[in-house]
Amino acid sequence: MNKKIKGLIREEKNLVKILLEVQKEIGYLPKEIMEYISKEKNIPLSKVYRIATFYKAFSLTPKGKFHIKVCSGTACHVRGSENLLNFLCKYTGSEPGKISKDGKYSIEKVNCLGVCAIGPVAVINGKYYGKLNQLKLKKLLEKIENEDKERERI
Amino acid sequence: MKIKNVKEFEEFKRNIAKRKKDIVISVSSGTCGLAKGAEEVFEALKKEIEINGLEKKIEIKATGCHGFCQYEPTVVIKKNDLEVILINVNEKDSKKIIESALRRKKSYTPKEIKEFVSKQKRILLENNKYVDPKNIEDYIAIGGYTSLSKALNMEGKEIVEIVKKSGLRGRGGAGFPTGKKWDMCRNQKSDKKYIICNADEGDPGAYMNRALLEGNPHLIIEGMIIGAYAIGADEGIIYVRSEYPLAVKNLEIAIKQAEEYGFLGENILSSGFNFKLKIFEGAGAFVCGEETALISSIEGFAGEPRLRPPYPAEKGLYGKPTNINNVETWANVPFIIAYGWKWFSSIGTGKSKGTKIFSLVGKVKNTGLVEVPFGTTLREVIYEIGGGIKDGKFKAVQIGGPSGGCIPEKSLDKKLDYEEISESGAIMGSGGLIVMDEKTCVVDVAKYFTNFLRYESCGKCNSCREGLNQMYAILDRITKGKGKLEDLTLLEELGEYIKKASLCGLGKTAPNPVLTTLKYFKNEYLAHIKEKKCPAGVCKELIEYSIEKEKCVGCGKCNEVCSTGAIDLENYKIEKEKCIKCGACYEVCKKGAITIK
Ligand SMILES: Cc1cc2nc3c(=O)[nH]c(=O)nc-3n(C[C@H](O)[C@H](O)[C@H](O)COP(=O)(O)O)c2cc1C
Ligand code: SF4
Ligand code: FES
Repeated sequence: MNKKIKGLIREEKNLVKILLEVQKEIGYLPKEIMEYISKEKNIPLSKVYRIATFYKAFSLTPKGKFHIKVCSGTACHVRGSENLLNFLCKYTGSEPGKISKDGKYSIEKVNCLGVCAIGPVAVINGKYYGKLNQLKLKKLLEKIENEDKERERI
Repeated sequence: MKIKNVKEFEEFKRNIAKRKKDIVISVSSGTCGLAKGAEEVFEALKKEIEINGLEKKIEIKATGCHGFCQYEPTVVIKKNDLEVILINVNEKDSKKIIESALRRKKSYTPKEIKEFVSKQKRILLENNKYVDPKNIEDYIAIGGYTSLSKALNMEGKEIVEIVKKSGLRGRGGAGFPTGKKWDMCRNQKSDKKYIICNADEGDPGAYMNRALLEGNPHLIIEGMIIGAYAIGADEGIIYVRSEYPLAVKNLEIAIKQAEEYGFLGENILSSGFNFKLKIFEGAGAFVCGEETALISSIEGFAGEPRLRPPYPAEKGLYGKPTNINNVETWANVPFIIAYGWKWFSSIGTGKSKGTKIFSLVGKVKNTGLVEVPFGTTLREVIYEIGGGIKDGKFKAVQIGGPSGGCIPEKSLDKKLDYEEISESGAIMGSGGLIVMDEKTCVVDVAKYFTNFLRYESCGKCNSCREGLNQMYAILDRITKGKGKLEDLTLLEELGEYIKKASLCGLGKTAPNPVLTTLKYFKNEYLAHIKEKKCPAGVCKELIEYSIEKEKCVGCGKCNEVCSTGAIDLENYKIEKEKCIKCGACYEVCKKGAITIK
């Protein structure tokens, strides 16, 4: 736990804000930090968990090297996002809320990314890709993996 | 640079007007534009301007979403009174674009955009084309903050009266009269009052608010300052969903600039009025769009709605009187102050005044953001603005998101008007319009919404929590061919019960998608139950993929994408035992040779 997070936990009263900040810094909410918050703020651990599981922005598991958000909003749904998600799970060996065994991929199913006009949509490490289908997504992932390998080689 | 009073403000405005360059190029750089390469286009154009030493003549800016989302990246060139709109722009065209901008003597709008804007009345969205959201001076240059300066010279009561007379109603879904709401909060006696902008935009498949937040944040901020002044609040919060990172970023910049220029903070324009504004990032829960849940969420708790009354206007955030309005509601305020209530109430119909932004998506030809006066018919929006169905036949349009309903062809002449839409069993909602064609299964859509809502239910009421789970279970078995005829009556009974017994708007409206589809598309439910068929070819358990020999050209694309080796191209067959119905072959076959039965 870094200084910034410790400081924040000390200063901030609002539990949702604390957890959001931790999530932003670390990418998920580790058990130890939730226990630390509970002790430090004198809030029952069950209550910290309640908040952490009520809101979708929080994840209790770490993110993979490639974090993929797949939109399952209505506009994307009627354009076949479910097939896209099924494909992605199969391809990466991961599923929503879990990280793949090799630590490479994590998948998040989100309600709507607000770019419904170009659905179905996925976001890979912050970059948006629209009008996808299974083949396009596969090619995209292959490209990203190759680029990554190239980077690691150098 | 702080503007201290109205006189300084007027002088400042004159100065910026002088700084205007001959040609202004705007690149639509909202999230959808960026997804389609707007950043590359912007950089290429900027480089081209620099190479040719045209910086003094041409100004280039990255603006918010222009709403032509289907045709992104889009670029607008403004040269005095000329306006040229370019669609599907490629970074490689930058040289040509700059050359033609210099030569241009005539306005130009592509025919797709002409069709798209024909019946629109763009009041709120129009300025997204001209304003760089990261630059407050751009907003001031088009008349921004002038309404605030005008309002600060009026009595709070006077402003509330104007908003009342204008007929403005809340754009967040329920359509509550805004002036009346303000009056309620204004009349409370309290040492502290809050105002909140509801930017949670939870309807999955709608993004009107995002476009305003990203593209013209100062418009919302100005509306909020005017509202706060009228109500007597000194603190405001914008509750924005964290799935909108660009909106959060642009709002942060805008608030900081508004503080620097003196529109937020102490003694605004020497009026004696103080107001501070903060952002609160929502943590992702649909129910937090409900006002009491939203307040509870800001206070750091789980977002559970509570019983009203007391209304937030009486007892809201931290127990203080609080006024909550939707993004689009706030955005209307500066216009009403600038042009007057008479102007505003002359637009629209019946009890629904002004314009409304809709996000037109799904199986329609032109997708994007549409701003129309109330009273426009659904048919006009879908066929004249949207250009009709992409390829196929219209089936239904879903309006109002998960709380709304599916409207069939025969009701397309209904006007977009709060009362008229409610009569059909749907609701106006916040502006989502999802068009469905014959390849969309309405039972699947009803199941989709029910599934969405059962996860989003906060769990407080038994009826909503358990009722929706049961409803989902029934729908699930129908889509799997295991439904019984009695299930339809059961769904109706359950729906009525959930509506009656639930506390908040989520539960009260949750059965709408099921009930409206049952009302208008009973035959489709019956096909699933009696014939074990999904006429739209969506429900996996009830369909089979096959290859149509006559259409197949033998390219083998389907075979390449099939992950289970189910395709036997030699015999034009798909092996049933191996097929997992993922639809990959169907997606890639350009000849339409893969069919669903
Ligand atoms: C489940 C639920 C979700 C809602 N989501 C939103 C939302 O995302 N945005 C919004 O402005 N209003 C939403 N509302 C409506 C708000 O409770 C409230 O009526 C609205 O923010 C008031 O603003 P207005 O009068 O300007 O419409 C929601 C209501 C319910 C019951
Ligand atoms: S109706 Fe549903 S979402 Fe609303 S308070 Fe009850 S359980 Fe929660
Ligand atoms: S429905 Fe997928 S981005 Fe909105």
